[in-house]
Amino acid sequence: MKIRAQIGMVLNLDKCIGCHTCSVTCKNVWTSREGMEYAWFNNVETKPGIGYPKDWENQNRWKGGWTRKKSGDIEPRMGAKWRILANIFANPDLPEIDDYYEPFTFDYEHLQTAGESQTMPTARPRSLITGERMEKIEWGPNWEEILGGEFSKRSQDYNFEGVEKQIYGEFENTFMMYLPRLCEHCLNPSCVAACPSGAIYKREEDGIVLIDQEKCRGWRMCVSGCPYKKIYYNWSSGKSEKCIFCYPRIEAGEPTVCSETCVGRIRYLGVVLYDADRIKEAASVEDEHDLYEAQLGIFLDPNDPDVIAQARADMVPDAWLEAATRSPIWKLAMEWKVAFPLHPEYRTLPMVWYVPPLSPIQSAAEAGKIGIDNEMPDVRSLRIPIRYLANLLTAGKEEPVAQALERMLAMRGYMRAKTVDGVIDIGIAKKVGLTPGQVEDMYQLMAIANYEDRFVIPTSHRETSEDAYDIRGGCGFSFGNQCSGGTSKTNLFATTPRKSVRTPTELIK
Amino acid sequence: MDSYIHILIFGYYPYVALIVLLVGSIVRYDREPYTWRSGSSQLLRRKQLIAGSVLFHVGVLIVFFGHLVGLLTPIEVFDMMGISHGFKQLAAIIVGGIAGVMALIGATLLLHRRLFDSRIRATSSFSDTAVLVLLYLQLLLGLATILISVDHLDGEEMVRFMEWSQGIFTFQSGTADIIKDVHWIFKLHLFLGLTIFLIFPFTRLVHMFSVPVRYLWRPGYQITRTKQKTRTAA
Repeated sequence: MKIRAQIGMVLNLDKCIGCHTCSVTCKNVWTSREGMEYAWFNNVETKPGIGYPKDWENQNRWKGGWTRKKSGDIEPRMGAKWRILANIFANPDLPEIDDYYEPFTFDYEHLQTAGESQTMPTARPRSLITGERMEKIEWGPNWEEILGGEFSKRSQDYNFEGVEKQIYGEFENTFMMYLPRLCEHCLNPSCVAACPSGAIYKREEDGIVLIDQEKCRGWRMCVSGCPYKKIYYNWSSGKSEKCIFCYPRIEAGEPTVCSETCVGRIRYLGVVLYDADRIKEAASVEDEHDLYEAQLGIFLDPNDPDVIAQARADMVPDAWLEAATRSPIWKLAMEWKVAFPLHPEYRTLPMVWYVPPLSPIQSAAEAGKIGIDNEMPDVRSLRIPIRYLANLLTAGKEEPVAQALERMLAMRGYMRAKTVDGVIDIGIAKKVGLTPGQVEDMYQLMAIANYEDRFVIPTSHRETSEDAYDIRGGCGFSFGNQCSGGTSKTNLFATTPRKSVRTPTELIK
Repeated sequence: MDSYIHILIFGYYPYVALIVLLVGSIVRYDREPYTWRSGSSQLLRRKQLIAGSVLFHVGVLIVFFGHLVGLLTPIEVFDMMGISHGFKQLAAIIVGGIAGVMALIGATLLLHRRLFDSRIRATSSFSDTAVLVLLYLQLLLGLATILISVDHLDGEEMVRFMEWSQGIFTFQSGTADIIKDVHWIFKLHLFLGLTIFLIFPFTRLVHMFSVPVRYLWRPGYQITRTKQKTRTAA
């Protein structure tokens, strides 16, 4: 057993209001640069929909994640190493920028400089790649917002697998949910496996997966390798970039920007201890349905004295072990089992988990008829089909998702009885296999969701590896080459970057 | 005067070009690792790239290694193996010709894409376009030399080029004189080749040094890094 610690994330989809604050704050901090305009380290999709980039969940098309061979071994779905190298001149599985969207801006200045005319002046779109006029914007980062577009197109959603989807195209039966997505910082990342340069790595201390920008050569295999399509090729720098889990903030014990700014308070960050020696075993189980439980199986109980002793031996700092005992991730994923990994069937063992959303009962008329048993409606009569959620979160296995939804309903029923009727309903807690104390803890963490309960992040121990005296007055986080940005104005080599994209203001002049 | 320029170009220029190639690449790798990249534009436009890039790269690789082995292997090795000069020249013409045509078709697709596709043109640097144009001309010149070579299939001229290039690498004096009388197309081909060496460190060509063959024997799939210096049991 080799114990490592990771900062994991859980998103409570039941409370996501789809406001995109996470996406916008993330973009403002990390990707508002030339070459990355199209990239969203964090984006929020409306489901059902084909998502961003288009059809990202269809791994027959994009070849992301891992596949289990007959021998029981796993290899990247793109193929063995020699096959990946054989595609180095042209990667057949690489999305084109139009699969994300062509980035654009608008001629805002025209609104101020247009002469007098009969009609209002308009700000027309312009491509941020070519600087040319775009007559019509065909696709954007969130084109399917609140069920935008035809059902026939949105219903290409991979998660409809095994669901009679036709009836959900009817207005009376339609359903929707939001899915905020970011890099999963997987335990078994397939982007790392697909990188021919060996530039992508996982940090042992906190599990954050990063791309070494100095080692990346832009072979762009990671873009295909990642099944979540959360690695973006920067067409300007020629390097791949990804969500860095705001590691400068995490190291200082602060939540990521997306978590900090989430107005719905849906995000949780905390320490997870896991057995690094059993990653491969957990990722290679035969039946896809078992992958969720297999991943739970390598998470370790932070209160177990044997685990604590071994973790100390493996150099996990005491502050981290203490934080692990208070981890909201441990409670949501392991204790209450209400959080699930996104698409465990990709075999990457993702570490950003989701609490499935509740949804209204099918129709008000039916609500009276169908089993309201002990204050609890039947979760199978919820508007979002269980199978749909299971396809998203448990490789299609419905029981764990149903149990989680029942527990969330039970929590509501219990608290309603307590606060409205003034009764402690032990029965409703028992029915879903929880104690009243656990239900009240759930309520505290999931409904009240105080800042200090949501984010339990120990600071990283840099003092073990660096002498602070040596790095005083240093450059902090930079793009390699010490304090140089890598592209100085008088650069002898890569020449001054010619501005290929002009702002509308420059063009009109 | 002609002879002066000849010696300048084929006697001294090779050393200038090779030293700039070597030192420039080392300095760039050390000082500006962030700029060291293949510079793929596949994300912006897939059209023409799949066929163009594969044809171009496979063709150029065959041609490159053909030149490397063909020029720098001492002729005695071929003599020992019983390969006649005429046969070696014929093999070079056929293999190089086929690979050269492949590369030329690929380069045509890529150059057309680079010059006429609005996205690629807008995001190309001067050096991206220039290096492709130079390689295109070099491929044309290389293929044109075949037309001259087929007139004398005894391999005698080929051996002179071998002696010249080996003379450069072994620091022989008077090396330039060996190729004094060859056709001007050959001379232009050599000059352009040396010039490509010269500009190599300042362009995207540096990605050739980073061919990730080590990936094949990299142990396992996963890579982790740690800042902790000691991870021994406490």
